[in-house]
Amino acid sequence: MTRQEYNITAYTENQVGLLNRIAIIFSRRKINIESLNVSPSEIEGIHRFNIVITETEDVVSKLARQIEKQVEVLKVYYNTNADVIWQEMALYKVPTDVIAEKASVERLLRENGARAVVIRKDYTVFETTGHREETDNLIRVLQPYGLIEFVRSARIAIIKASDGFNHKLREFERREPSEDVSENEFLNSRDAVFTM
Amino acid sequence: MLNYEPTTILAEPETTSSAAPETAPTPNSTGAEAVLNILLAEGVDTIFGYPGGAIIPIYDALYDFNDRLNHVLVRHEQGGIHAAQGYARASGRVGVVFATSGPGATNLVTGLADAQIDSTPLVCITGQVFAHLLGTDAFQETDIINITTPVTKWNYQVTKAEEIPEALAKAFYIARSGRPGPVLIDITKNAQLQAFHFAPYAPCAHIRSYRPVPIVRPEYIRAAAALINQAERPFVLWGQGVILGKAEQEFKAFIEKSGIPAAWTILGAGALPTDHPLNVGMLGMHGNYGPNVLTNECDVLIAIGMRFDDRVTGRLDKYARQAQVIHLDIDPTEIDKNVAATVPVWGDCKETLPLLTALVNAKSHPEWHQRFQNYMAEEVAAVINDELFPTGEELTMGEVLQQLNELTEGEAIIVTDVGQHQMVACRYAKFNHTRSNITSGGLGTMGFALPAAIGAKFGAPERPVVAIIGDGGVQMTIQELGTIMQTGVDVKIIILNNRFLGMVRQWQELFNARRYSFVDIQSPDYVAVAAGYRIAGRRVETRDELQPALRQMLEQPGSFLLEVMVAKENNIFPMVPQGCSVAEIRLC
Ligand SMILES: Cc1ncc(C[n+]2csc(CCOP(=O)(O)OP(=O)(O)O)c2C)c(N)n1
Repeated sequence: MTRQEYNITAYTENQVGLLNRIAIIFSRRKINIESLNVSPSEIEGIHRFNIVITETEDVVSKLARQIEKQVEVLKVYYNTNADVIWQEMALYKVPTDVIAEKASVERLLRENGARAVVIRKDYTVFETTGHREETDNLIRVLQPYGLIEFVRSARIAIIKASDGFNHKLREFERREPSEDVSENEFLNSRDAVFTM
Repeated sequence: MLNYEPTTILAEPETTSSAAPETAPTPNSTGAEAVLNILLAEGVDTIFGYPGGAIIPIYDALYDFNDRLNHVLVRHEQGGIHAAQGYARASGRVGVVFATSGPGATNLVTGLADAQIDSTPLVCITGQVFAHLLGTDAFQETDIINITTPVTKWNYQVTKAEEIPEALAKAFYIARSGRPGPVLIDITKNAQLQAFHFAPYAPCAHIRSYRPVPIVRPEYIRAAAALINQAERPFVLWGQGVILGKAEQEFKAFIEKSGIPAAWTILGAGALPTDHPLNVGMLGMHGNYGPNVLTNECDVLIAIGMRFDDRVTGRLDKYARQAQVIHLDIDPTEIDKNVAATVPVWGDCKETLPLLTALVNAKSHPEWHQRFQNYMAEEVAAVINDELFPTGEELTMGEVLQQLNELTEGEAIIVTDVGQHQMVACRYAKFNHTRSNITSGGLGTMGFALPAAIGAKFGAPERPVVAIIGDGGVQMTIQELGTIMQTGVDVKIIILNNRFLGMVRQWQELFNARRYSFVDIQSPDYVAVAAGYRIAGRRVETRDELQPALRQMLEQPGSFLLEVMVAKENNIFPMVPQGCSVAEIRLC
């Protein structure tokens, strides 16, 4: 069983304390969350967690079920990187005098798909968005020019095969669970999922 | 609504500042009164609790509900929550606990963890400091929501009275539905005091993000039935799920039609009477010989409402590898968690078992049964005879259980603590009825039995309740004798005193070359302690006294403490040593 990056997407209610409830599912098992993003989803009032971990599929499928078991979690999916469109954003602060003097700023920005967000006398802030290699690459490029600060955002990911959560939510809101809501993603695709 | 004193809340800055606008409905209740009216609406009759500063408003309201709600004043909040667990497990209802903030709330943690792992429905209500003081390290402020998140099915902090009805409605619904579990509701003091408009109470029946009762999938039922029908050596393992699902009849019908031998986890004990011909005994580390050995010989293993705990499976990679596994469980996270299921039957076994029964062929498997009987004969000769009918001078724990069985005839609720006596009681106690074996299974919480027995008696007042406790465990919650004294609850307490922390001593004997490190524990004069609490007691040291003493304990009205001096260094066998496969179970 090989370990690889998995993108866990959880649709949840907007509830104080839920972040902790989800986080301890990982920490209890000593699994490091590599990236965590909580944002609104396509549906008002429903939050979307994007969590990235490196694990085997067996472990990820079990974690996903543990998350889905939480009262305020509506639905959990997990996908490999190949199954999602994902992006991370990064900001870089460099001294303006150095960068202006020594670098061909224009070429540097173009080659790295970056843009300047702020240009001041004392420093300039660049921004780029992309995969890890791309944001990492710009660090290397800027390091010689006295990179002052660097920060990268959590990963956000869109599932390629998903047609959104709207129709599912309507089923969830019905008192009697329908086949669609009570389906267990994991039991349905057991052959694909279970590796034991 | 009831005896509401406006001055008490006017003292609170929170409530005066959030004064209702002109158009809002007029306040008719305080938060505290609403809490109690909701408990009544939810059918609660008994609360186990302990007051303190942050929950005084609820206790103040309780003063006027005394005729409708029986509040049991315990001696320690841990005792309170274990009592509520005993109540819930004996009655099948939700156990309710009150505690104050800070230390009162943290004293609940062990019981919450115990209830979480043993799926016991509880609603615990804790007081909390005023909302405006949250996060200021106020007196007796503790972040009980974050402390209890890992050990609750759900928890929620209420900071306004208006939130109380919905929070409590959800609490009861979540605690008792699906796989049950403990819920904690933390209510700030201002919310308890605040006057608000309490509309007619509506219990919760649906939370959109929560689906406690899965839809049954007929294709898996059919696949399971097909596997069972072609099985030659099918074997049923059942757990507490049968009891929690109130599916004892459905379970019995299933095994009686299919003729499959069935063994139990310690939390499943009693769901099928001990004497039922298809009941082949106990699973796990100190379970019976046949059920453990034959787990690794059956061809189809049918697990019903059990979770393949490591104390049941022993070494997992040598567990039932030859078998096709059918796993019935209401909790999808249990399926494939430890043992991969060939056929997962996700659902409430009260619903799935009858569907399965309809599709299985009537069979009896006589040769297969004979194998269980052969192993049982071996176990009787090697272990059980000496334990139940010893000839040596020293008393055994087993003979105490044997004598007790003869007197109670399987009618009693047996509540056990944790250790050797627990294993003896679970192995040898006779159960005619479901909800008769109350023990701390998943967490193994010493100190559980005495308070849980008190709660069990409140939960099932018509039934005799006998607590069986070690000399170690009883000293962990012995203060609850005070609760027995004050309430007059009729609990029979048997202390099996081996003058050791017996179970740990057994491990040290077997696996640490008899290096008895801090297991030699002294006891007070228990009969004198009981007398101090005005509880009758007796101490037994010889075989002749045992039966008369047990008879006296059972026949004399009121609670009774019986201390039985048993052999110091007896071991519990059979035993599957840790790290070994179930087939490597040892008889000595
Ligand atoms: C709260 C708690 N602390 C420690 C343990 C570890 N433990 C398990 S069994 C046991 C010995 C119990 O001794 P006793 O109550 O005398 O019962 P016996 O085994 O002798 O029947 C201990 C210390 C535990 N289960 N629970």
